[in-house]
Amino acid sequence: MTWLNEKERRIAGFAAIAFGVVALLPLVDQGYYLSISVNIVMYVVLCTAWTLFSGPTHYISLATAAFFGIGTYTVALGIDTVPFPLLLVIAALASGLLACVVGIATLRLSGIYFVIFTLGLAELVRQVVTWLQTNFSSSLGLYVFTDFGEKHIYWMLLGLAAIVYITGWLINRSRLGFAMQIIGNDETVAKHVGIDTARAKVILFIISGAFIGIVGAILAPRFSYVQPPSAFNPMISFQVVIMALLGGTKRIWGPLLGVIPFTILFDQVTAYFPNHTSFVIGIAFMAIVYLLPQGVLGRLEDLGRLRKRFRMVSAEEGNNP
Amino acid sequence: MSAAILSLDHATKAFGGLIAVNDLSFSLQDGELLGLIGPNGSGKTTVLNLISGALKPTSGSISLGGSEIAGQPAHKIARLGIARTFQLVRILPSLTAEQNVVAGGVFGHVRGWGVEAHERARALLERVGLGGRGDSPTSSMTYIDQKRLELARALAANPQVLLLDEWLAGLNPSELKIGIDLIRELRNDGISIIMVEHVMDAIRSLCDRCVVMSSGLKIADGDVHRVLADPEVIRAYLGDDHA
Ligand SMILES: Nc1ncnc2c1ncn2[C@@H]1O[C@H](COP(=O)(O)OP(=O)(O)OP(=O)(O)O)[C@@H](O)[C@H]1O
Ligand SMILES: [Mg+2]
Repeated sequence: MTWLNEKERRIAGFAAIAFGVVALLPLVDQGYYLSISVNIVMYVVLCTAWTLFSGPTHYISLATAAFFGIGTYTVALGIDTVPFPLLLVIAALASGLLACVVGIATLRLSGIYFVIFTLGLAELVRQVVTWLQTNFSSSLGLYVFTDFGEKHIYWMLLGLAAIVYITGWLINRSRLGFAMQIIGNDETVAKHVGIDTARAKVILFIISGAFIGIVGAILAPRFSYVQPPSAFNPMISFQVVIMALLGGTKRIWGPLLGVIPFTILFDQVTAYFPNHTSFVIGIAFMAIVYLLPQGVLGRLEDLGRLRKRFRMVSAEEGNNP
Repeated sequence: MSAAILSLDHATKAFGGLIAVNDLSFSLQDGELLGLIGPNGSGKTTVLNLISGALKPTSGSISLGGSEIAGQPAHKIARLGIARTFQLVRILPSLTAEQNVVAGGVFGHVRGWGVEAHERARALLERVGLGGRGDSPTSSMTYIDQKRLELARALAANPQVLLLDEWLAGLNPSELKIGIDLIRELRNDGISIIMVEHVMDAIRSLCDRCVVMSSGLKIADGDVHRVLADPEVIRAYLGDDHA
């Protein structure tokens, strides 16, 4: 048995070329297009990492801002003393640890409590950081001075995106991935075939949270001055949910289909109607729920099925004239 | 064949004020096929739920091969070698038939993976009468085929104890005969089985022994023909007039 089959090799080759081409962008443009591309890649990683957990479990996590902010603060606190790569590792560990604690505490609960808890968590972490800063530090924020430009952030995010996709792919073909598929189908059956469902969910939540933390860390130099409201911005949590659902969470590349159109749309809205962004998010959310319950991905798959059926029908008609 | 593989000792389950299983004790011998019968709502499914870990007993003990399992989570009990089917069939709809069976032999008492796990699954599909149907989507399967599939999934764990909750219910007469033969084969293979069943013909022709429940209490336990002739059992099933 070979490690990759024919189709997988083709996909891997195509993905490698696509990454290579996309990585050349900073050589062409260092202005507007690079900046919006950083946003796109950032949300691709966030949404894909979010989907690693929320796709199979159907738990909606609003803790993205908490993990992201922890990553950002890790860098803000350590940038003067610790090498940057090590900070990324610490950010992953710190947000993974938070995910572990939260997961153990909440994943035994039903979905609705989980949503509320994660929303509260992000807010709680933000309040704690604000409180620490006002009581133990003279300033309201932290400066992050680095030599990183927009293009370095872009390349780091691209690298992280590749790692997230590979991780997702490895999980899918592992026992953990199979366990998650069974849990998504029927949790009672999952338990009765010997799956420790709580543990499987916590592991995925940790992986997902750790990646989100790394994104926050990579983005820290972009803020240059880090404050709790920007690092722990709840809008990030909501946007990630919307984009991931818009794309579709049944496949690892589903969120990509939501992130690209939404980031561009959102960018246009902030440019032309800066005071109505929340309004647009609200409308977008309702539109997705009503029009695309399975996301763009679901629509594409429906189309694929239709085409196949159509082909079968016409083949049959050809056989029985 | 004298050692008890599974025994319940004063097992009790209360749902609020309702005592669904009341101070129940019985044991399953190694290699035995035990019938668990009783009128609707008498607590049979609840007993299976207590054994499989789907529910925790309010009090009492349940032991498997001498070690206590009462109150343990279902996945741990599954790993110790207890597998079950459900009264309302539970199929994994987004998986193929073969993957449904593989699922039973990856995480539990048997921890297979890869090609070998799929080969075992295909052999089990063959065994329950679904040979060559591994790639079929489960949603288009008939009721009996879904029941067969669920049984194959339970067997994939190579269980020491198999719990069947009305596995024969809803089958037509010819399917019923196939089903009974299949269960008999399993028992001949040495699996210890508890079958909850309303189909009395199946109980008569298959079981060595049966336990009868009524309103959560055990009202009879012993040889099938003797138990089914017991006036108290007849009264529980048919009401006072018939005793
Ligand atoms: N999860 C639960 N919560 C509350 N009550 C329950 C629960 N499960 C079962 N019961 C009650 O316990 C009693 C026994 O139910 P159980 O399903 O064990 O009966 P049964 O013997 O399997 O019946 P049937 O032959 O109809 O399947 C019933 O009165 C039922 O309503
Ligand atoms: Mg029942």
